[in-house]
Amino acid sequence: MGDLPETASQTAGPYVHIGCTPNFAGITGVYDEDLGARMITGDVAGERITLTGQVFDGTGTPLRDAMVEAWQADAGGRYAGQDGADPHFTGFGRCACDQATGAFTFETVKPGETPWPQGGTQAPHITLWIVARGINLGLHTRVYFPGDPALETDPVLGRIEHRVRVQTLIADAEKDGVYRFNIHLQGADETVFFDV
Amino acid sequence: MSDTKIPQGGYAARQPGHHPVALYPPYRTSVKRSPQAAPLSFPTSIGEESGPVFGHDLLGPLDADLLHNYAQDGASAIGPRIIVHGKVRDQFDRPVAGALIEVWQANAGGRYRHKKEGYIAPLDPNFGGCGRTITREDGSYEFRTVLPGPYPWPNGPNDWRPAHIHFSLFGAGFAQRLITQMYFEGDPLIWRCPIVGSIGDKSAVERLIAPLDMNRTVPMDARAYEFNITLRGRRQTMFENRMEGL
Repeated sequence: MGDLPETASQTAGPYVHIGCTPNFAGITGVYDEDLGARMITGDVAGERITLTGQVFDGTGTPLRDAMVEAWQADAGGRYAGQDGADPHFTGFGRCACDQATGAFTFETVKPGETPWPQGGTQAPHITLWIVARGINLGLHTRVYFPGDPALETDPVLGRIEHRVRVQTLIADAEKDGVYRFNIHLQGADETVFFDV
Repeated sequence: MSDTKIPQGGYAARQPGHHPVALYPPYRTSVKRSPQAAPLSFPTSIGEESGPVFGHDLLGPLDADLLHNYAQDGASAIGPRIIVHGKVRDQFDRPVAGALIEVWQANAGGRYRHKKEGYIAPLDPNFGGCGRTITREDGSYEFRTVLPGPYPWPNGPNDWRPAHIHFSLFGAGFAQRLITQMYFEGDPLIWRCPIVGSIGDKSAVERLIAPLDMNRTVPMDARAYEFNITLRGRRQTMFENRMEGL
């Protein structure tokens, strides 16, 4: 079996919005709507939530040029395309960080538990992928939800050797239905990123 | 390669030697934006092995034609006309069909259509700089655009980026998500660029450089460049009694 070398990543650069969210960048008339602008397309099942946050660099400055993508299961724990998946939920969101505050926001639903390949289940989570100028390879991480008993047995969280870092993957409940998840690229609060 | 040996397990781990390092001080922005801790490894699960699927109904008729998708009627973007084509496959040499490819680039003068752009080269009123396409069954893709210009950027006192086109790819699984850049054969700026330099393996850089492809050139119209892309692949499952490794 061949094993070809993977194509090298390169930074998305400061102008990722031209290609990925052109309407946001002011380039209108090419695409009707930016990709991933809506995760909910109809009468979706489950609890509607807002996921918001910022991406901070090693100096604590929020990135204002980043793009964040979300990929998640629906409220029943199924990904779009799987049998039984919610037809009103895409599972995929894409957000350009606000050019003044750096905030990203996803209007979505709280995901259900999903299976783990070696058996058992994974706690509800949303996968995030972050690209920006200065990030040479896109960063994968996950958002988990506070207070969920399934966190105790989640197989990915269980692999984190430095237990104090587990908290970096758990969102804060700000108010009803609003979760804040701040991402730290460096420093004492550096978010756990994944080799996936 | 026969289809009978299709890997069906989780995605193979990234091949770090082929990727840029996160911290590369000559690319100054990476200094405060690079994670310091080793990334956490785990076997991929359904969330990594699935990904958003985009159908051809997403595409407009001019989405893969950057010469015209932002131009006024009857006009086209200014600059050397080129065709960029290639194949997307995975590391086990399987074509990746249905992959959404998004591209963005500067115009022929090296100027981006972006409010943060600091280069004084002129904007082309008929060039937006974005396009997209979806790979065919055999993993092939093609789009038409202008040759982008190189441009200066505020990194060192006098750094210039080689001409390049940004590529964003959605393969079959979210674990394959990749953003990269295509460079052009013969550009003397490639080997001087700190962003390119973040890749330690010279052969990995060479695979980002698209050769001129005279066979696909359209006489009196457009030159062609070939850019092939390799994404991560799925392994054969270790659990032969479980379908798809799940």
